[in-house]
Formats: sequence, C-alpha cells, structure tokens
Amino acid sequence: MSGPRPGFEPLLRELAPRVLGVLVRRHGQFGLCEDAVQEALLAAATQWPANGPPANPAGWLITTASRRLVETWRSDAARQRREQNYVLQAPPPTSPAPADDDSLALLFLCCHPALAVPSQVALTLRALGGLSTAEIARGLLLPEPTVAQRISRAKARIKATGAQFRAPAEAERDRRLPAVTRVLYLIFNEGYTTSSGPALQRVELTAEAIRLTRQLHQRLPGEGEVAGLLALMLLTDARRPARTRPDGALVPLAEQDRRRWDAAAVREGTELITKTLAEAPIGPYQLQAAIAAVHDEAARAEDTDWPQILALYDLLAELAPGPIVSLNRVVAIAMTRGATAGLRALAAAEADPALAGHQRVPAVRAHLLEMTGDRQSAARHYRLAAQRALNVPEQRYLSMRADRTSQQLSAEPVTPDIKARQARGPGSS
Amino acid sequence: MKYMILIHSNPHFNERWDKLSDTEREEFGRRHYALSDELADSGELVISEALGDPSLGKRVTVRDGQTMTTDGPFAEVKEHLAGFYLVDCDTEERALAIAAQVPDAVWGLVEVRPLLGRNGEDI
Repeated sequence: MSGPRPGFEPLLRELAPRVLGVLVRRHGQFGLCEDAVQEALLAAATQWPANGPPANPAGWLITTASRRLVETWRSDAARQRREQNYVLQAPPPTSPAPADDDSLALLFLCCHPALAVPSQVALTLRALGGLSTAEIARGLLLPEPTVAQRISRAKARIKATGAQFRAPAEAERDRRLPAVTRVLYLIFNEGYTTSSGPALQRVELTAEAIRLTRQLHQRLPGEGEVAGLLALMLLTDARRPARTRPDGALVPLAEQDRRRWDAAAVREGTELITKTLAEAPIGPYQLQAAIAAVHDEAARAEDTDWPQILALYDLLAELAPGPIVSLNRVVAIAMTRGATAGLRALAAAEADPALAGHQRVPAVRAHLLEMTGDRQSAARHYRLAAQRALNVPEQRYLSMRADRTSQQLSAEPVTPDIKARQARGPGSS
Repeated sequence: MKYMILIHSNPHFNERWDKLSDTEREEFGRRHYALSDELADSGELVISEALGDPSLGKRVTVRDGQTMTTDGPFAEVKEHLAGFYLVDCDTEERALAIAAQVPDAVWGLVEVRPLLGRNGEDI
C-alpha cells in the first residue's frame, strides 16, 4: 500500500502540506482532511506513473482529496446536512493559495502543546512530510498499528482542544517555536542511523528533517534558532559518509576520514551559522552548530581548535545545561588542558545528581584514563561503559576499545609510559 | 525509547496461582487485557504476549551443521519467562509506571530492561 513513489515522490511531498492547508482552511476538520490528502497522495502515486502527471498537479490533488472528503461525509449519515452545505458552498478548487502561511499553520498545529511528543513527530511526518503511516513506522522502527494509533489519537486530541488552523501570531509563535524545533531535531536524530547495512527500505528521516527545517527557515529567516538548527543538521549530516565502516562499526570523530565528508554541506552549514551568529540572539542550536562547524573546519583531528570549542561549551552549559553538554565540556577541557584536568572536571561534574548515574560517564572516564596512559583502569571503564551503552554501535565500539587497551596492557610493561602520556595529552606538549 | 517489561515466573508462583479462586484469576487476566488496551490506545504498545508453559519449550542446538532439539521441561531452570510487554515510551519513569500496572508486579516478578537502539550518536 505504501511502496516507493519513484519519480513523483519529491513533488508529492512538496505539495502534500499545501493541499492539506487548502482543505483545512476551507472545511476545518483537520483530522478528516488529513486522511483525505493521504488517500489523494496514494491515488496520485498509482495513477500518475501510468497516465502521466496532470497539467495542474496541486489542483488535481485538491480536487481528488475534496472528493474523498465528500465521500467520507456521504458515508456518514449524521453528516448529511453538512455535505449539502458543502455542495452549495464550495466550487471545485483549482489552485492552492498562500502556501507559506498554510505550511506554518500546519507545522504549529502538528506540534501543538496538547500532544505528546511521539504523536507530534508522527503527525508532522504525515501532514507536512506527506509520508504514509507505513513509511513512518519503518522510519521509526515501530509496528504500523502503533504509529497509526498515535496519529489518530493526536487528531482526536487536536479536535478536542478546538485548536485553530492559522499561522500563530508573533508572541504565540515565539512561545511555541521551541516545541516545533524540538520535533524537527528528534526526526533528524531518529534518522541519523549508523547502520550501513541493508537499509530495510528505511525512509530517510534525516533528509526529511533537513527539508522541513529548510522550509521553516525560508519562512522565518529571522529566527536564529531555526537557522541554527538547520546549520547543525547540515554540519552533522555532512559527516555521515565517514562515520561508519563498511561493516557498520562506528568511527569516532577523531578517526574519521575527513576527505569523505560532504564539503558542500559543510560549506552551507558554516556560512549559515556564521551569518546567524552575527545577526540573531544566541541560542542552544546555534551554539551546537558553531561547535559542529569548528570540528568540521579542521582538516585533521589534531588541527581542531579545542579552546574555541571549550568556550562554546562554557556558553552552552550556561544557556542549556544537561548531562551530555557537561560530558562534552569535560572532553573539551581534557583536550585543552590535558587529561588530568579533564578527570578533575569529570569528578566535579559528577556532583550533579543528573550526571552521576548517566550511562556515558564511564565512556568519558575511560577515554580520559587512556589519555593519561593508565590503560588498566581505562580498560575496566571501557568494559563498564560497554555494559551501560544503550545502542548497538556504541556498545561494539566501546568493547573494541576495552579489548584494545587490555591487549596493549599485556603486550607492554604495566608501568606508565611517560612519553606516551605526554604525546596523548594534547594540552601538555 | 523502547523497553521490554519481562514477567518472570517460578514454581513458587505456580503454587500460589493454583490457590487463587476463579474470580481472582479472572480479575488477573482482565487487568492484563485492560493494560494492553490502554497501551494500544496511547500508542505506546509495540507488542504484548504471554508464553506457553516451559514444559512446551524445546531447546535447539546446531552442531556441525546438524540441528538437534531437546524437549523440556528443563529441571535446572528455577525461573522462567511467562510473558512480556514491549513498549515504546518517552522516559524510563513512564516504563516503570507501566510495569507497576502489570498484575504480576504484586508477586515481585516484573523486570524492566531498555532495548539497545540501532542509532549511535557521534563520539
């Protein structure tokens, strides 16, 4: 039912939110309109390749979806009166109207605060991305009924809250924009898989997130955090060709073959974040993008401007504190002032209960211990880190590091090698 | 984030189960169905199943390309898996709250384990 839509897929995805916007503006009833648009997309996917695309694709989709909507109403006896009204009122639509406002209004409706976050994600992918439930389920690695239920529940919730379909006014937009950017960020992260094996017809959620964020940025060019999020996605996704080995194993940033990074994406992301930082009030996505840009600017890992990265993490820890930010800051301290300083910073950071039990702590400690030359302790903490890992690529990588440090242990004298220690502590030489 | 809620069982539990009245057993099952329905409705249920008795289990061994099966029961097993809920929810707290609603939790036989994801972030 939801096979690939070769050829027309980009066009259909582009038109989906515009067509939906026209329908909802005309009839209200977001939930029913959304179903009707899905059916129209499916009809297009089967008919266009056989008969050729219509002269006015958007008009065709609007007409087809409107017809489905009428059929739904007709089959529902309780809605007969409304159907009559519809027939009286509505001339057959021909072209979509202000697409920009409609897409914005849709995005804010799908990310409505009354919805649980997983529902916001699923609904955004359907209504804005034009993806079928089956495609979303494959992308999120969930069974189709689970996703279908999230979508229908979300629609029922929107109906119950009486949320209006309109682009939010500026004050409301500012208040609700973080929820929207969070959903786009989550979609991107869901898709940022390290698995390079057969992709199980995996829908490219990263590409979808970048497309939607790019659209949002075009509509709200003055929003620094939207620009920052787009830059962060571009700069992160640029590394994708280098971040896994052919067998799917994870390659850490420091060991990646940087010639394989997507230079065009790095350039676009860097230019965007540079321009944004100069113009907009600073925010967490912009800082993360700036950090990614500093990494991506270095031709070799050893050329990385760690003092600048540390300064950015200092700001980020002020603005948006969290366990991952604290741990990354500890690494930046180690790379700037040496591993011993890093270990001290880690011990201090662990005083925060939010960090104390975090599963990433042993991995960072192992890395820092390895930098000091204490391979025995490093191996022990890598082992612990592998046990605590919450995903397969990370677990494999940490086990490999544990093996490697233990092997070095048995192959070399146990006394710490002073020269190696100096060579490994970037801040100490 | 996906979590597996494992429902363990053991001979001691079976003895207590045998002593329950029909109404009590019915209530037990009804609460399982109610929980499944609730989780399906909230879009958090991936799958939930009860397992057949361990005496129905068979062990499969492949040696030199030859498959051998051994029939249960396996006497050395003190505790066995009786069923599971696989849920996809926002936080670990939520997974623990769901586990607390599993009727078997009153016997202390419910365990929550995170599933390993396939995605890894940059290191």
